Amino acid sequence: MKAVTHIKSRTVVLATKDIDTDQIIPARFLTTTSRDGLGQSAFYDLRYHKDGSEKTEFPLNETTARGCEILVAGNNFGCGSSREHAPWALLDYGLKAIISTEIADIFRNNSLKNGLVPIVVSKDIHRWLIDNPGAALEIDVANATLTMPDGKTIEFAIDGFAKYCLVEGIDQLGFLQQHLEQIANFEETRAWKP
Amino acid sequence: MSNTTLFEKVWSEHVVVEETPETPAVLYIDLHIIHEVTTPQAFTVLRESGLAVRRPDLTLPTMDHSTPTTPVSSFRDLAVVGESAANQIRQMETNCRDFGLDLIGFGNEYRGIVHVIGPELGATQPGKTIVCGDSHSSTHGAFGALAFGIGTTEVGHVLATQCLLQRKPKTLAVNIDGKMPAGVSAKDLILAVIGKIGVNGGTGHVIEYRGDAIAALDMESRMTICNMSIEGGARAGMIAPDDTTFEYLSGRPRSPQGADWDVAVKRWKQLQSDDNARFDKSVTLAADVLQPMVTFGTNPGMVIGINDPVPQGGDDPSFRKALDYMQIESGKPMTENPVDVVFVGSCTNGRLSDIEEVARILQGQKVAAGVRMLVVPGSQQVKNQAEAKGLDRIIVAAGAEWREAGCSMCIGMNGDTVPQGKLSVSTSNRNFEGRQGMGARTVLASPATAAASAIRGRVTDPRTFE
Repeated sequence: MKAVTHIKSRTVVLATKDIDTDQIIPARFLTTTSRDGLGQSAFYDLRYHKDGSEKTEFPLNETTARGCEILVAGNNFGCGSSREHAPWALLDYGLKAIISTEIADIFRNNSLKNGLVPIVVSKDIHRWLIDNPGAALEIDVANATLTMPDGKTIEFAIDGFAKYCLVEGIDQLGFLQQHLEQIANFEETRAWKP
Repeated sequence: MSNTTLFEKVWSEHVVVEETPETPAVLYIDLHIIHEVTTPQAFTVLRESGLAVRRPDLTLPTMDHSTPTTPVSSFRDLAVVGESAANQIRQMETNCRDFGLDLIGFGNEYRGIVHVIGPELGATQPGKTIVCGDSHSSTHGAFGALAFGIGTTEVGHVLATQCLLQRKPKTLAVNIDGKMPAGVSAKDLILAVIGKIGVNGGTGHVIEYRGDAIAALDMESRMTICNMSIEGGARAGMIAPDDTTFEYLSGRPRSPQGADWDVAVKRWKQLQSDDNARFDKSVTLAADVLQPMVTFGTNPGMVIGINDPVPQGGDDPSFRKALDYMQIESGKPMTENPVDVVFVGSCTNGRLSDIEEVARILQGQKVAAGVRMLVVPGSQQVKNQAEAKGLDRIIVAAGAEWREAGCSMCIGMNGDTVPQGKLSVSTSNRNFEGRQGMGARTVLASPATAAASAIRGRVTDPRTFE
């Protein structure tokens, strides 16, 4: 995983709540055996008409949204399936952080393992961000802070270990492998065997 | 006095390394079920790092998501799912061969949906930790296992180390008191629970379903309940094992046998929340007043009783967007709506009792003109058992299609899809936009409601068939 320390970008806003993983990447794109190139399928049915032309009213298709790395989304973003293709698609599309009032568990875990930063903010901050698309924000991952356009800095909650892995670009498999001796010992000494 | 929950008992038995403020727990996994869609990238990581699968004996591989529900005996038969899905299926076969895994593939009498075959084989057992790269892994919690869905990176972690890095979740008690009325099924109950707690009500929590109504359910109904825990935001849902559980598991191919069985049952009987167990949150529902439930919107929390009017929803733009997509009007009950497609199947409702219920209602009836009805068994075992009872003949005689096992129309990625704009009454678990195919409009319901709707050609209260 590539280290993620700072993100400085304008926001793009998808105000709808409960945006599920089938909207983030429809199931028909999951027949791939690679994690690359999924950006073109991100939000596919929201982004494109059936004939492949862009839906101009979809916020990500607006000219001002191009190149934005921070997505502000409605409550409970990423609910639904465990498909890691969802954060893969968003990262490949060019997003680096998701801000909402709530982010679904499995999606959040998958995001953290790939360098997509999930940020939960208060309802008030969220309301302001929803009402002000294109706001220029700065995210400092190591300090877990979000700087608003007026210079006000907000702290956000992030698991310390997940943050460490993001900032250092560490793959968690390496951390697990440091415990192979304990794992073998557990297998040997547990009260019953599966 | 002890005050430990069922979840905490199972969790603490599997902690290899305790969590600290700085690091998550290392949690041991007793059963890892894998399928073709969420594993290829994990096997790539193993190959690139020169790693082996640590415990092939605790890994259960099958194929279900992108497989056709038409018979497969040669590569040509995969043409129906398209080149990309066919390639994914072949890659699964290659990965299992290369890593020494015993794939339950085409031609194997036990092949089926991951969450149907685990219990069927007796591999799903009380007290186990069970994971799969699929969010409906919560199904296995019906046996008192701690079971949850994981992403592909975590699939790689389990393949390589048989462990996961996890923070301990909170607990949510869902108490269902009373007795379920006739004509109301487990599917209606879980839809009512999700309607009450919302699609994010269980986020960060493991649910334990408790109470008289839960204890009275058979295992297949309990699986339907736990299956949809994730639709309430909870990664896992559990039910304490009891005699119903033990009876179901007795004699299954991978259940403990002989003296080992008695030892196992003695251990399993300890897997109950203590009388004074403390849950972080708790909700209660009365079973007595339940009715058949149907969804009207684009998530499983947008659900109402079958004869209730679709709510107004105020000026919530997400609510309006959902109703626009569904082409559904506020103020009218769902029974007004004509049906184009009926799907019976999935890890939620693709088991023998579900097929039996559908056949009972279809017996001597005809699927309405213009309605396509697909009945897809959750596994080849379910298929064989249903055929031995002659259920397939009833289903086909009614004008429905009887298929091979697989995820089918629950997830539009295997050739079985609902056409754009068409309304589907489905026994599956997600009514998300596009879930059953681009532009498909999904109404989630029980097998009985699905069968009744197929016959009448509109959304129908199954109690009118009693």
